[in-house]
Amino acid sequence: MDAAKESLREAYGAVLEEIGSDINVAVVGADTTESLCTSGFGKKYPSRFFNVGIAEQNMVGISAGLALYGKTVFCGTYSVFMERAIDQIRNTIAYCNLDVKMVCSHAGISVGPDGGSHQTIEDIAIMRSIPRMSVMVPSDAYSTKMLVHQAYSTKGPFYIRLSRSSLPAQYRSGEMPIGKSNVIMEGSDISILACGIMVPEALAAAQELQKEGISSRVIDMYSIKPIDTAAILQAAKDTGRIITAEDHNIIGGLGSAVAETISTAHPVKLGMIGVKDRFGESGTPQELMAKYNISSLDIINMAKGMMQ
Amino acid sequence: MTQTPRQIDFTDPDRKVSLAELKSIASAVRHDIIAMLGESKSGHPGGSLSCTDILVSLYFKKMRHDPSNPKWPMRDRLLLSKGHAAPALYATLSEAGYFAKSELSTLRKLNTRLQGHPDPTKLPGVEIPGGPEGIGLSEGIGMAIASNIERDGVKIYVILGDGELDEGEIWEAAMAAPKFRLSNLVAIVDLNGLQQEGRTGDIMPSSPVPEKFRAFNWNVIETDGNDIDSVLGALENAGKNTSGPTVIIAKTTKGKGVSFMENNVEYHSKTLTPELVEAALKQVDGQRVV
Repeated sequence: MDAAKESLREAYGAVLEEIGSDINVAVVGADTTESLCTSGFGKKYPSRFFNVGIAEQNMVGISAGLALYGKTVFCGTYSVFMERAIDQIRNTIAYCNLDVKMVCSHAGISVGPDGGSHQTIEDIAIMRSIPRMSVMVPSDAYSTKMLVHQAYSTKGPFYIRLSRSSLPAQYRSGEMPIGKSNVIMEGSDISILACGIMVPEALAAAQELQKEGISSRVIDMYSIKPIDTAAILQAAKDTGRIITAEDHNIIGGLGSAVAETISTAHPVKLGMIGVKDRFGESGTPQELMAKYNISSLDIINMAKGMMQ
Repeated sequence: MTQTPRQIDFTDPDRKVSLAELKSIASAVRHDIIAMLGESKSGHPGGSLSCTDILVSLYFKKMRHDPSNPKWPMRDRLLLSKGHAAPALYATLSEAGYFAKSELSTLRKLNTRLQGHPDPTKLPGVEIPGGPEGIGLSEGIGMAIASNIERDGVKIYVILGDGELDEGEIWEAAMAAPKFRLSNLVAIVDLNGLQQEGRTGDIMPSSPVPEKFRAFNWNVIETDGNDIDSVLGALENAGKNTSGPTVIIAKTTKGKGVSFMENNVEYHSKTLTPELVEAALKQVDGQRVV
């Protein structure tokens, strides 16, 4: 698909302004509100917008207080800074099942030049291991809008992970229910289960593999938790081979979630594309994805290997 | 000890409850704290006893709330940020009629609503979870902001421990509350001078606490936190302030009411044997004003 790239953060900001017509919604930020595009909400609804400065723990605590009072709260910052507040996320938002939606950007090594300090590769693992937490990873602007809206209309805590990079449109219409996934391309030899920025990589890999006679099913696993167990098992049964692809540590992320699912119900050959338990560094997103072996080329090579 | 349900209209901000009665209630709450900790064989007596008079002043005199309707939207909120003092909160709530006193003996046991640290999803009347220190003031800010959005006139009270002031988030919150002009927010520091492993002055000196909050642009009131009359006076003054958040620095004695626990760091979290319970109850019951 040759589509123009769109900013996930701008999509988030736009949908947040729509949701803001609900006077029960409040937004809390931590000095990254321009970058996260939540500042538009702030201009439109200043009495329900709170910037607490560079104080992530306080941002989460304040969000919890607002939610305990009955508000639906959106908060967030760069995903790596959000990890500053894991205790507060666990012990207030999740522990009390609060209606707080954490939407965080700049996830994964594809952040690029800011370097390893800014490249979260453990956030999915942390968040999905917290009881009551739902974890979503949109792959384009449309899915960002849909998933933010789904989170808004579903009570309880959410972590929504956005890439810094703009991404090509995968969707123009359709529902994206929590706990489901989307088959973007049908295939019978191997299934590539991807999330976020790795969805276009998976698609590019599948198209390349097709030329070589390998038929790939590409599934967008936008809902990491709850995960679409049925779709994973169906892929295992239909294709007998699965590759997972994520801009995240191979420990604890999508690959682990898929492994947990198939190993207990329908074990098949599984390959995992992800960052191999090491920190990133500065570079362009493309350079880093190549160096850290999470590009479409890595998916292609792995698929070929698994077909032998 | 048997209690009859108290005939107090807790929703009435001008309700009349005598000082003698409040002191008697505080003794009853202390009795229950010791009895329940004896039963649970673990928990935190020292910090529970130090904030008892503050809790009694708030729940029985100052705050508007309704034990028969714990989720009443117009209730004033009490946030026990130092969640390890859960026994004091449970005993106070039970004394006010939120649940039967017989339930106090379930503290820290399997399937109890009275978790080792408060869990608002389990026990109505509890506003925030406790456990990790330092989060309650931020939650108080969130609630005070929400109350301002609603314009409902609700007051938010947050009880902090002085050991808890070690946590960085407390100071993030201390900086934020004046920014949002939260005159409906009152923080109360239970300043007993001790924390788990010793004197706060040795572990991590927080002194001078009033000056720190003044520098962060809070209204600061200092009081004796174990003297109910003084606590009520401080709360009254806090209520008159309309310019921003108020902190009451309440000087207290850890283990207050039991001579061998007072100012004794050992009783931060010490198992109370039947012998210790008996000796402690003899003292607190002797303090009851009839």
